[in-house]
Amino acid sequence: MCHEILVLLPENLEANNLLAEIQATQTPELLRFIKDMRKFLPTLAKATIMTLLLVFITMVISPIGGLFIALGRISRIKVLSSFFWCYIWIFRGTPLLLQLFFIYYALPSLGITLKPFTAAVLGLGLNYSAYLAEIMRGAIESIDSGQMEAAKAIGMSYWQAMRRIIIPQTYKRLVPPVGNEFIALIKDTALVSTIAMVELMRAANQIFSATFNVYILIEAAFIYLILTSIFTVSFRKIEDRLGVYEIR
Amino acid sequence: MIELQGVLKRFGSFTAVDHVDLTISEGERIVIIGPSGSGKTTLLRMINFLAKIDEGTILLDRKEVGYRRDKKGRLILEKPEVICKLRSEIGMVFQHFHLFPHMTALGNVMEGPVTVKRLPRDEARGIALDILGKVGLLDKKDVFPAFLSGGQKQRVAIARALAMKPRLMLFDEPTSALDPELVGEVFGTIKALAAEGMTMVIVTHQMGFAREMADRVIFMDNGAFIFDGPPGEVFSENMDNPRVKAFMEKVL
Repeated sequence: MCHEILVLLPENLEANNLLAEIQATQTPELLRFIKDMRKFLPTLAKATIMTLLLVFITMVISPIGGLFIALGRISRIKVLSSFFWCYIWIFRGTPLLLQLFFIYYALPSLGITLKPFTAAVLGLGLNYSAYLAEIMRGAIESIDSGQMEAAKAIGMSYWQAMRRIIIPQTYKRLVPPVGNEFIALIKDTALVSTIAMVELMRAANQIFSATFNVYILIEAAFIYLILTSIFTVSFRKIEDRLGVYEIR
Repeated sequence: MIELQGVLKRFGSFTAVDHVDLTISEGERIVIIGPSGSGKTTLLRMINFLAKIDEGTILLDRKEVGYRRDKKGRLILEKPEVICKLRSEIGMVFQHFHLFPHMTALGNVMEGPVTVKRLPRDEARGIALDILGKVGLLDKKDVFPAFLSGGQKQRVAIARALAMKPRLMLFDEPTSALDPELVGEVFGTIKALAAEGMTMVIVTHQMGFAREMADRVIFMDNGAFIFDGPPGEVFSENMDNPRVKAFMEKVL
Protein backbone atom coordinates (compact mmCIF):
# COMPACT_ATOMS: atom_id res chain seq x y z
CA MET A 1 0.00 0.00 0.00
CA CYS A 2 2.90 2.27 0.72
CA HIS A 3 4.03 1.81 -2.88
CA GLU A 4 0.86 3.26 -4.28
CA ILE A 5 0.90 6.28 -2.05
CA LEU A 6 4.52 6.97 -2.78
CA VAL A 7 4.00 6.57 -6.50
CA LEU A 8 1.16 9.03 -6.33
CA LEU A 9 3.52 11.62 -4.95
CA PRO A 10 6.36 11.72 -7.47
CA GLU A 11 7.41 15.23 -6.55
CA ASN A 12 8.14 14.18 -2.98
CA LEU A 13 11.87 13.69 -2.99
CA GLU A 14 12.12 12.00 0.31
CA ALA A 15 9.35 9.63 -0.62
CA ASN A 16 11.06 8.86 -3.89
CA ASN A 17 14.22 8.02 -2.07
CA LEU A 18 12.31 5.74 0.24
CA LEU A 19 10.63 4.10 -2.72
CA ALA A 20 13.96 3.51 -4.30
CA GLU A 21 15.27 2.07 -1.12
CA ILE A 22 12.35 -0.29 -0.81
CA GLN A 23 12.67 -1.37 -4.40
CA ALA A 24 16.37 -1.86 -3.93
CA THR A 25 15.89 -4.34 -1.16
CA GLN A 26 13.65 -6.31 -3.56
CA THR A 27 11.59 -7.64 -0.65
CA PRO A 28 7.88 -7.06 -0.16
CA GLU A 29 7.47 -4.31 2.46
CA LEU A 30 5.35 -6.35 4.84
CA LEU A 31 8.03 -9.01 4.98
CA ARG A 32 10.63 -6.35 5.67
CA PHE A 33 8.47 -4.86 8.40
CA ILE A 34 8.00 -8.24 10.00
CA LYS A 35 11.74 -8.77 9.84
CA ASP A 36 12.17 -5.37 11.48
CA MET A 37 9.71 -6.27 14.16
CA ARG A 38 11.61 -9.44 14.95
CA LYS A 39 14.88 -7.56 14.88
CA PHE A 40 13.68 -4.94 17.37
CA LEU A 41 11.68 -7.24 19.62
CA PRO A 42 14.60 -7.75 22.07
CA THR A 43 14.96 -3.97 22.38
CA LEU A 44 11.25 -3.58 23.05
CA ALA A 45 11.32 -6.48 25.50
CA LYS A 46 14.12 -4.84 27.42
CA ALA A 47 12.21 -1.57 27.45
CA THR A 48 9.10 -3.44 28.62
CA ILE A 49 11.05 -4.64 31.64
CA MET A 50 11.76 -0.99 32.52
CA THR A 51 8.04 -0.18 32.12
CA LEU A 52 7.15 -3.08 34.40
CA LEU A 53 9.76 -2.01 36.92
CA LEU A 54 8.24 1.47 37.05
CA VAL A 55 4.76 -0.02 37.37
CA PHE A 56 5.72 -2.37 40.20
CA ILE A 57 7.65 0.21 42.16
CA THR A 58 4.71 2.61 41.90
CA MET A 59 2.35 -0.22 42.89
CA VAL A 60 4.37 -0.65 46.09
CA ILE A 61 4.87 3.03 46.91
CA SER A 62 1.44 4.45 46.11
CA PRO A 63 -0.74 2.20 48.31
CA ILE A 64 1.51 2.94 51.28
CA GLY A 65 1.55 6.65 50.51
CA GLY A 66 -2.15 6.56 49.70
CA LEU A 67 -3.11 4.92 53.00
CA PHE A 68 -0.99 7.41 54.90
CA ILE A 69 -2.61 10.35 53.10
CA ALA A 70 -6.11 8.86 53.45
CA LEU A 71 -5.70 8.44 57.21
CA GLY A 72 -4.39 12.01 57.37
CA ARG A 73 -7.41 13.23 55.42
CA ILE A 74 -9.92 11.61 57.80
CA SER A 75 -7.96 12.73 60.86
CA ARG A 76 -9.74 15.01 63.31
CA ILE A 77 -6.56 17.08 63.56
CA LYS A 78 -7.43 20.03 61.32
CA VAL A 79 -3.88 20.91 60.23
CA LEU A 80 -3.17 17.36 59.13
CA SER A 81 -6.44 16.98 57.28
CA SER A 82 -6.06 20.33 55.50
CA PHE A 83 -2.47 19.59 54.53
CA PHE A 84 -3.42 16.33 52.85
CA TRP A 85 -6.47 17.93 51.28
CA CYS A 86 -4.06 20.37 49.58
CA TYR A 87 -1.75 17.55 48.56
CA ILE A 88 -4.58 15.69 46.86
CA TRP A 89 -5.90 18.91 45.33
CA ILE A 90 -2.56 19.68 43.69
CA PHE A 91 -1.61 16.20 42.51
CA ARG A 92 -5.03 15.30 41.14
CA GLY A 93 -5.65 18.73 39.73
CA THR A 94 -2.57 19.11 37.54
CA PRO A 95 -1.34 16.96 34.65
CA LEU A 96 1.03 14.14 35.53
CA LEU A 97 3.14 15.25 32.60
CA LEU A 98 3.57 18.67 34.19
CA GLN A 99 4.45 17.11 37.53
CA LEU A 100 7.11 14.96 35.88
CA PHE A 101 8.53 17.99 34.03
CA PHE A 102 8.59 19.94 37.26
CA ILE A 103 10.43 17.22 39.16
CA TYR A 104 12.94 16.58 36.42
CA TYR A 105 13.46 20.01 34.85
CA ALA A 106 12.44 22.54 37.53
CA LEU A 107 13.80 20.99 40.71
CA PRO A 108 17.44 21.29 39.54
CA SER A 109 17.06 25.08 39.64
CA LEU A 110 16.16 24.66 43.31
CA GLY A 111 19.30 22.61 43.79
CA ILE A 112 17.70 19.19 43.58
CA THR A 113 18.91 17.22 40.59
CA LEU A 114 17.40 13.80 40.15
CA LYS A 115 18.28 10.97 37.81
CA PRO A 116 15.53 10.24 35.26
CA PHE A 117 14.64 6.98 37.01
CA THR A 118 14.37 8.62 40.43
CA ALA A 119 12.35 11.49 39.00
CA ALA A 120 10.03 9.06 37.21
CA VAL A 121 9.43 6.95 40.31
CA LEU A 122 8.92 10.04 42.45
CA GLY A 123 6.48 11.62 40.00
CA LEU A 124 4.43 8.46 39.51
CA GLY A 125 4.53 7.64 43.23
CA LEU A 126 3.38 11.09 44.37
CA ASN A 127 0.67 11.27 41.74
CA TYR A 128 -0.74 7.79 42.26
CA SER A 129 -0.60 8.16 46.05
CA ALA A 130 -3.00 11.09 45.71
CA TYR A 131 -5.43 9.07 43.59
CA LEU A 132 -5.25 5.98 45.79
CA ALA A 133 -5.68 8.13 48.92
CA GLU A 134 -9.06 9.34 47.72
CA ILE A 135 -10.13 5.81 46.81
CA MET A 136 -8.99 4.51 50.20
CA ARG A 137 -10.65 7.34 52.08
CA GLY A 138 -13.91 6.55 50.29
CA ALA A 139 -13.59 2.86 51.11
CA ILE A 140 -12.83 3.50 54.78
CA GLU A 141 -15.75 5.89 55.11
CA SER A 142 -18.05 3.39 53.40
CA ILE A 143 -17.59 0.87 56.22
CA ASP A 144 -20.61 0.91 58.58
CA SER A 145 -19.89 3.09 61.62
CA GLY A 146 -21.20 0.25 63.79
CA GLN A 147 -17.97 -1.59 63.09
CA MET A 148 -15.88 1.09 64.78
CA GLU A 149 -18.35 1.17 67.68
CA ALA A 150 -18.23 -2.61 68.11
CA ALA A 151 -14.43 -2.57 67.99
CA LYS A 152 -14.28 0.20 70.58
CA ALA A 153 -16.85 -1.60 72.74
CA ILE A 154 -14.47 -4.55 73.21
CA GLY A 155 -11.76 -2.12 74.24
CA MET A 156 -9.88 -1.48 71.00
CA SER A 157 -8.15 1.82 70.39
CA TYR A 158 -8.86 3.81 67.21
CA TRP A 159 -5.73 2.47 65.54
CA GLN A 160 -6.34 -1.12 66.58
CA ALA A 161 -9.85 -0.84 65.17
CA MET A 162 -8.51 0.67 61.95
CA ARG A 163 -5.84 -1.99 61.51
CA ARG A 164 -7.82 -5.05 62.54
CA ILE A 165 -11.44 -4.21 61.69
CA ILE A 166 -11.93 -1.28 59.32
CA ILE A 167 -9.05 -1.44 56.84
CA PRO A 168 -9.27 -5.22 56.21
CA GLN A 169 -12.92 -4.77 55.25
CA THR A 170 -11.98 -2.24 52.59
CA TYR A 171 -9.75 -4.65 50.65
CA LYS A 172 -12.47 -6.18 48.54
CA ARG A 173 -14.04 -2.80 47.85
CA LEU A 174 -10.66 -1.40 46.91
CA VAL A 175 -9.76 -3.99 44.31
CA PRO A 176 -11.91 -2.76 41.40
CA PRO A 177 -11.02 0.97 41.63
CA VAL A 178 -7.38 0.32 42.52
CA GLY A 179 -7.17 -2.19 39.69
CA ASN A 180 -8.40 0.53 37.36
CA GLU A 181 -5.76 2.91 38.65
CA PHE A 182 -2.99 0.36 38.12
CA ILE A 183 -4.16 -0.30 34.57
CA ALA A 184 -4.08 3.44 33.96
CA LEU A 185 -0.62 3.43 35.55
CA ILE A 186 0.72 0.99 32.95
CA LYS A 187 -0.28 3.47 30.27
CA ASP A 188 0.81 6.52 32.24
CA THR A 189 4.37 5.21 32.48
CA ALA A 190 4.58 6.19 28.80
CA LEU A 191 4.69 9.80 30.00
CA VAL A 192 8.08 9.35 31.63
CA SER A 193 9.54 8.87 28.14
CA THR A 194 9.51 12.68 28.08
CA ILE A 195 12.01 12.90 30.92
CA ALA A 196 14.71 10.80 29.27
CA MET A 197 13.57 7.44 30.60
CA VAL A 198 13.97 4.62 28.13
CA GLU A 199 10.90 2.49 28.62
CA LEU A 200 8.52 0.82 26.19
CA MET A 201 7.05 3.99 24.71
CA ARG A 202 10.36 5.75 24.20
CA ALA A 203 12.02 2.64 22.79
CA ALA A 204 9.17 2.17 20.35
CA ASN A 205 9.31 5.82 19.39
CA GLN A 206 13.06 5.72 18.83
CA ILE A 207 12.82 2.68 16.59
CA PHE A 208 9.92 4.23 14.75
CA SER A 209 11.84 7.44 14.12
CA ALA A 210 14.77 5.46 12.78
CA THR A 211 12.83 3.07 10.57
CA PHE A 212 9.40 4.65 9.93
CA ASN A 213 8.08 1.19 10.56
CA VAL A 214 4.53 1.76 11.82
CA TYR A 215 4.27 -1.87 12.81
CA ILE A 216 6.70 -1.16 15.64
CA LEU A 217 4.02 1.05 17.18
CA ILE A 218 1.48 -1.72 16.74
CA GLU A 219 3.92 -4.12 18.35
CA ALA A 220 4.30 -1.75 21.32
CA ALA A 221 0.52 -1.40 21.48
CA PHE A 222 0.24 -5.19 21.69
CA ILE A 223 2.72 -5.31 24.54
CA TYR A 224 0.71 -2.67 26.43
CA LEU A 225 -2.47 -4.63 25.72
CA ILE A 226 -0.96 -7.86 27.03
CA LEU A 227 0.15 -6.11 30.22
CA THR A 228 -3.20 -4.44 30.84
CA SER A 229 -5.04 -7.70 30.08
CA ILE A 230 -2.93 -9.61 32.60
CA PHE A 231 -3.75 -6.93 35.17
CA THR A 232 -7.48 -7.02 34.39
CA VAL A 233 -7.66 -10.79 34.83
CA SER A 234 -5.49 -10.78 37.96
CA PHE A 235 -7.53 -8.13 39.74
CA ARG A 236 -10.74 -10.00 38.91
CA LYS A 237 -9.24 -13.13 40.53
CA ILE A 238 -8.05 -11.22 43.59
CA GLU A 239 -11.51 -9.69 44.01
CA ASP A 240 -13.15 -13.11 43.94
CA ARG A 241 -10.72 -14.50 46.49
CA LEU A 242 -11.18 -11.59 48.91
CA GLY A 243 -14.94 -12.07 48.93
CA VAL A 244 -14.96 -15.53 50.53
CA TYR A 245 -16.75 -14.25 53.63
CA GLU A 246 -19.65 -12.82 51.66
CA ILE A 247 -22.70 -14.51 50.23
CA ARG A 248 -22.47 -14.38 46.44
CA MET B 1 -20.27 -1.10 90.90
CA ILE B 2 -21.01 1.72 88.48
CA GLU B 3 -22.72 4.91 89.42
CA LEU B 4 -24.00 7.76 87.26
CA GLN B 5 -24.58 11.05 89.04
CA GLY B 6 -26.46 13.94 87.47
CA VAL B 7 -25.52 12.78 84.02
CA LEU B 8 -26.64 14.95 81.12
CA LYS B 9 -26.22 14.56 77.38
CA ARG B 10 -27.17 17.07 74.72
CA PHE B 11 -27.30 16.74 70.96
CA GLY B 12 -27.28 20.36 69.88
CA SER B 13 -30.20 21.98 71.68
CA PHE B 14 -31.90 18.64 72.31
CA THR B 15 -31.33 17.12 75.73
CA ALA B 16 -31.19 13.35 75.22
CA VAL B 17 -30.46 12.39 78.82
CA ASP B 18 -31.45 14.87 81.49
CA HIS B 19 -29.70 14.79 84.89
CA VAL B 20 -29.98 11.09 85.50
CA ASP B 21 -28.78 9.22 88.59
CA LEU B 22 -28.27 5.49 88.32
CA THR B 23 -26.49 3.03 90.57
CA ILE B 24 -25.78 -0.42 89.21
CA SER B 25 -24.87 -2.94 91.90
CA GLU B 26 -22.96 -6.18 91.53
CA GLY B 27 -25.19 -8.95 90.16
CA GLU B 28 -28.09 -6.61 89.47
CA ARG B 29 -30.28 -7.05 86.40
CA ILE B 30 -31.73 -3.76 85.28
CA VAL B 31 -34.18 -3.52 82.40
CA ILE B 32 -34.78 -0.14 80.82
CA ILE B 33 -38.03 0.40 78.94
CA GLY B 34 -39.72 3.40 77.41
CA PRO B 35 -40.77 4.95 74.12
CA SER B 36 -38.24 5.33 71.32
CA GLY B 37 -36.20 8.51 71.46
CA SER B 38 -36.43 8.60 75.24
CA GLY B 39 -32.66 8.32 75.70
CA LYS B 40 -32.34 4.62 76.58
CA THR B 41 -29.66 3.82 74.02
CA THR B 42 -27.76 7.04 74.76
CA LEU B 43 -27.74 6.11 78.43
CA LEU B 44 -26.22 2.70 77.64
CA ARG B 45 -23.64 4.27 75.36
CA MET B 46 -22.64 6.69 78.09
CA ILE B 47 -22.06 3.84 80.54
CA ASN B 48 -19.30 2.47 78.30
CA PHE B 49 -18.07 5.88 77.12
CA LEU B 50 -19.19 5.49 73.50
CA ALA B 51 -21.18 8.66 74.08
CA LYS B 52 -19.55 11.54 75.92
CA ILE B 53 -21.48 13.09 78.79
CA ASP B 54 -21.83 16.86 78.92
CA GLU B 55 -22.43 17.14 82.65
CA GLY B 56 -22.30 14.83 85.64
CA THR B 57 -20.01 12.16 87.00
CA ILE B 58 -19.45 8.48 86.36
CA LEU B 59 -18.03 6.42 89.20
CA LEU B 60 -16.56 2.94 89.01
CA ASP B 61 -16.05 1.27 92.38
CA ARG B 62 -16.69 4.68 93.97
CA LYS B 63 -13.93 6.37 92.00
CA GLU B 64 -14.60 9.05 89.40
CA VAL B 65 -13.57 7.70 86.01
CA GLY B 66 -13.32 8.57 82.35
CA TYR B 67 -13.42 12.36 82.40
CA ARG B 68 -11.38 15.38 83.31
CA ARG B 69 -12.02 19.07 82.83
CA ASP B 70 -10.36 21.35 80.31
CA LYS B 71 -9.32 24.94 81.02
CA LYS B 72 -12.84 26.20 80.41
CA GLY B 73 -14.23 23.65 82.86
CA ARG B 74 -15.90 21.49 80.24
CA LEU B 75 -15.83 17.73 80.61
CA ILE B 76 -13.49 15.96 78.21
CA LEU B 77 -12.81 12.26 77.86
CA GLU B 78 -9.65 10.89 79.44
CA LYS B 79 -6.79 9.66 77.27
CA PRO B 80 -7.75 6.85 74.87
CA GLU B 81 -5.78 4.23 76.82
CA VAL B 82 -7.81 4.96 79.96
CA ILE B 83 -11.10 4.81 78.07
CA CYS B 84 -10.14 1.60 76.27
CA LYS B 85 -9.28 -0.05 79.58
CA LEU B 86 -12.67 0.97 81.02
CA ARG B 87 -14.55 -0.23 77.94
CA SER B 88 -12.77 -3.57 77.97
CA GLU B 89 -14.41 -4.28 81.35
CA ILE B 90 -17.89 -3.51 80.04
CA GLY B 91 -19.44 -5.73 77.38
CA MET B 92 -21.90 -4.30 74.89
CA VAL B 93 -24.36 -6.05 72.59
CA PHE B 94 -25.90 -4.01 69.78
CA GLN B 95 -29.29 -4.14 68.14
CA HIS B 96 -27.70 -4.80 64.74
CA PHE B 97 -25.01 -7.19 66.04
CA HIS B 98 -22.09 -5.41 64.32
CA LEU B 99 -20.13 -8.62 63.98
CA PHE B 100 -16.86 -8.30 62.12
CA PRO B 101 -17.86 -9.73 58.71
CA HIS B 102 -14.33 -10.61 57.63
CA MET B 103 -13.77 -12.92 60.58
CA THR B 104 -15.33 -16.30 61.40
CA ALA B 105 -17.48 -16.72 64.49
CA LEU B 106 -14.39 -17.93 66.34
CA GLY B 107 -12.32 -15.05 64.95
CA ASN B 108 -14.90 -12.56 66.20
CA VAL B 109 -14.81 -13.98 69.70
CA MET B 110 -11.00 -14.27 69.77
CA GLU B 111 -10.45 -10.72 68.54
CA GLY B 112 -10.78 -8.97 71.89
CA PRO B 113 -8.53 -11.30 73.87
CA VAL B 114 -5.88 -11.31 71.10
CA THR B 115 -5.83 -7.63 70.11
CA VAL B 116 -6.88 -5.90 73.31
CA LYS B 117 -5.64 -8.24 76.03
CA ARG B 118 -2.69 -9.46 73.94
CA LEU B 119 -3.22 -13.05 75.00
CA PRO B 120 -1.34 -15.75 73.05
CA ARG B 121 -3.50 -17.06 70.19
CA ASP B 122 -3.79 -20.57 71.67
CA GLU B 123 -5.01 -19.26 75.00
CA ALA B 124 -7.47 -16.86 73.31
CA ARG B 125 -8.70 -19.72 71.14
CA GLY B 126 -9.34 -21.85 74.22
CA ILE B 127 -11.35 -19.07 75.86
CA ALA B 128 -13.27 -18.37 72.65
CA LEU B 129 -14.16 -22.03 72.04
CA ASP B 130 -15.33 -22.36 75.62
CA ILE B 131 -17.62 -19.34 75.30
CA LEU B 132 -18.92 -20.36 71.86
CA GLY B 133 -19.81 -23.68 73.47
CA LYS B 134 -21.71 -21.84 76.18
CA VAL B 135 -23.84 -19.94 73.66
CA GLY B 136 -24.37 -23.21 71.77
CA LEU B 137 -22.52 -22.31 68.58
CA LEU B 138 -19.41 -24.48 68.72
CA ASP B 139 -20.42 -26.14 65.45
CA LYS B 140 -20.51 -22.71 63.76
CA LYS B 141 -17.03 -21.65 64.84
CA ASP B 142 -15.59 -21.58 61.32
CA VAL B 143 -18.60 -19.90 59.73
CA PHE B 144 -18.54 -16.26 58.60
CA PRO B 145 -21.30 -13.99 59.98
CA ALA B 146 -22.97 -13.62 56.56
CA PHE B 147 -23.86 -17.32 56.71
CA LEU B 148 -25.41 -17.19 60.19
CA SER B 149 -29.04 -16.52 61.11
CA GLY B 150 -29.90 -13.34 63.02
CA GLY B 151 -30.23 -15.24 66.28
CA GLN B 152 -26.89 -16.97 65.75
CA LYS B 153 -25.25 -13.65 64.93
CA GLN B 154 -26.51 -12.09 68.12
CA ARG B 155 -25.29 -15.07 70.16
CA VAL B 156 -21.85 -14.73 68.58
CA ALA B 157 -21.97 -11.02 69.44
CA ILE B 158 -22.76 -11.92 73.06
CA ALA B 159 -19.89 -14.42 73.04
CA ARG B 160 -17.57 -11.74 71.61
CA ALA B 161 -18.42 -9.42 74.50
CA LEU B 162 -18.10 -12.22 77.07
CA ALA B 163 -14.64 -13.18 75.83
CA MET B 164 -13.32 -10.00 77.44
CA LYS B 165 -14.58 -11.29 80.80
CA PRO B 166 -16.58 -8.11 81.43
CA ARG B 167 -17.87 -7.13 84.85
CA LEU B 168 -21.00 -5.67 83.34
CA MET B 169 -22.97 -6.45 80.18
CA LEU B 170 -25.04 -3.88 78.31
CA PHE B 171 -27.71 -5.05 75.88
CA ASP B 172 -29.13 -2.48 73.48
CA GLU B 173 -32.40 -3.93 72.16
CA PRO B 174 -30.73 -7.28 71.50
CA THR B 175 -33.76 -8.83 69.81
CA SER B 176 -35.29 -5.88 67.96
CA ALA B 177 -33.67 -6.78 64.65
CA LEU B 178 -34.62 -10.44 64.85
CA ASP B 179 -37.42 -12.42 63.28
CA PRO B 180 -39.92 -13.38 66.02
CA GLU B 181 -39.02 -17.06 65.93
CA LEU B 182 -35.36 -16.25 66.64
CA VAL B 183 -35.99 -14.06 69.68
CA GLY B 184 -36.23 -17.03 72.04
CA GLU B 185 -32.73 -18.37 71.47
CA VAL B 186 -31.15 -14.98 72.24
CA PHE B 187 -33.26 -14.56 75.37
CA GLY B 188 -32.25 -18.07 76.37
CA THR B 189 -28.60 -17.11 76.12
CA ILE B 190 -29.12 -13.92 78.15
CA LYS B 191 -31.07 -15.85 80.79
CA ALA B 192 -28.28 -18.40 81.11
CA LEU B 193 -25.87 -15.53 81.60
CA ALA B 194 -28.11 -14.04 84.28
CA ALA B 195 -28.21 -17.38 86.05
CA GLU B 196 -24.44 -17.17 86.39
CA GLY B 197 -24.83 -13.90 88.23
CA MET B 198 -23.71 -11.51 85.48
CA THR B 199 -24.51 -7.87 86.15
CA MET B 200 -26.51 -6.51 83.24
CA VAL B 201 -28.44 -3.58 81.89
CA ILE B 202 -30.92 -4.44 79.16
CA VAL B 203 -32.82 -2.05 76.93
CA THR B 204 -35.75 -3.87 75.40
CA HIS B 205 -39.25 -3.53 74.03
CA GLN B 206 -40.14 -7.12 74.95
CA MET B 207 -42.25 -6.67 78.07
CA GLY B 208 -42.56 -10.36 78.82
CA PHE B 209 -38.80 -10.67 78.85
CA ALA B 210 -38.46 -7.51 80.92
CA ARG B 211 -40.82 -8.85 83.56
CA GLU B 212 -39.07 -12.22 83.68
CA MET B 213 -35.49 -10.95 83.74
CA ALA B 214 -35.49 -7.77 85.72
CA ASP B 215 -34.96 -7.33 89.38
CA ARG B 216 -35.36 -3.65 88.68
CA VAL B 217 -37.20 -1.84 85.89
CA ILE B 218 -36.50 1.70 84.80
CA PHE B 219 -39.01 3.54 82.68
CA MET B 220 -37.45 6.36 80.69
CA ASP B 221 -39.20 9.21 78.92
CA ASN B 222 -37.78 12.45 77.52
CA GLY B 223 -34.34 11.62 78.88
CA ALA B 224 -35.43 11.18 82.48
CA PHE B 225 -36.34 8.28 84.76
CA ILE B 226 -40.11 8.34 85.26
CA PHE B 227 -40.12 5.13 87.24
CA ASP B 228 -37.40 3.06 88.89
CA GLY B 229 -38.52 0.05 90.89
CA PRO B 230 -39.27 -3.66 91.00
CA PRO B 231 -40.93 -5.25 87.94
CA GLY B 232 -43.97 -6.30 89.97
CA GLU B 233 -44.90 -2.68 90.41
CA VAL B 234 -44.41 -1.38 86.87
CA PHE B 235 -46.42 -4.20 85.35
CA SER B 236 -49.17 -4.13 87.96
CA GLU B 237 -52.69 -2.92 87.39
CA ASN B 238 -52.39 -0.24 90.06
CA MET B 239 -49.53 1.57 88.36
CA ASP B 240 -50.34 5.17 89.19
CA ASN B 241 -47.98 7.03 86.88
CA PRO B 242 -50.11 8.07 83.89
CA ARG B 243 -47.22 8.11 81.38
CA VAL B 244 -46.07 4.63 82.35
CA LYS B 245 -49.66 3.45 82.28
CA ALA B 246 -50.27 4.91 78.82
CA PHE B 247 -47.11 3.29 77.47
CA MET B 248 -47.98 -0.07 78.99
CA GLU B 249 -51.45 -0.02 77.51
CA LYS B 250 -49.89 0.57 74.10
CA VAL B 251 -47.28 -2.18 74.22
CA LEU B 252 -49.08 -4.91 76.13
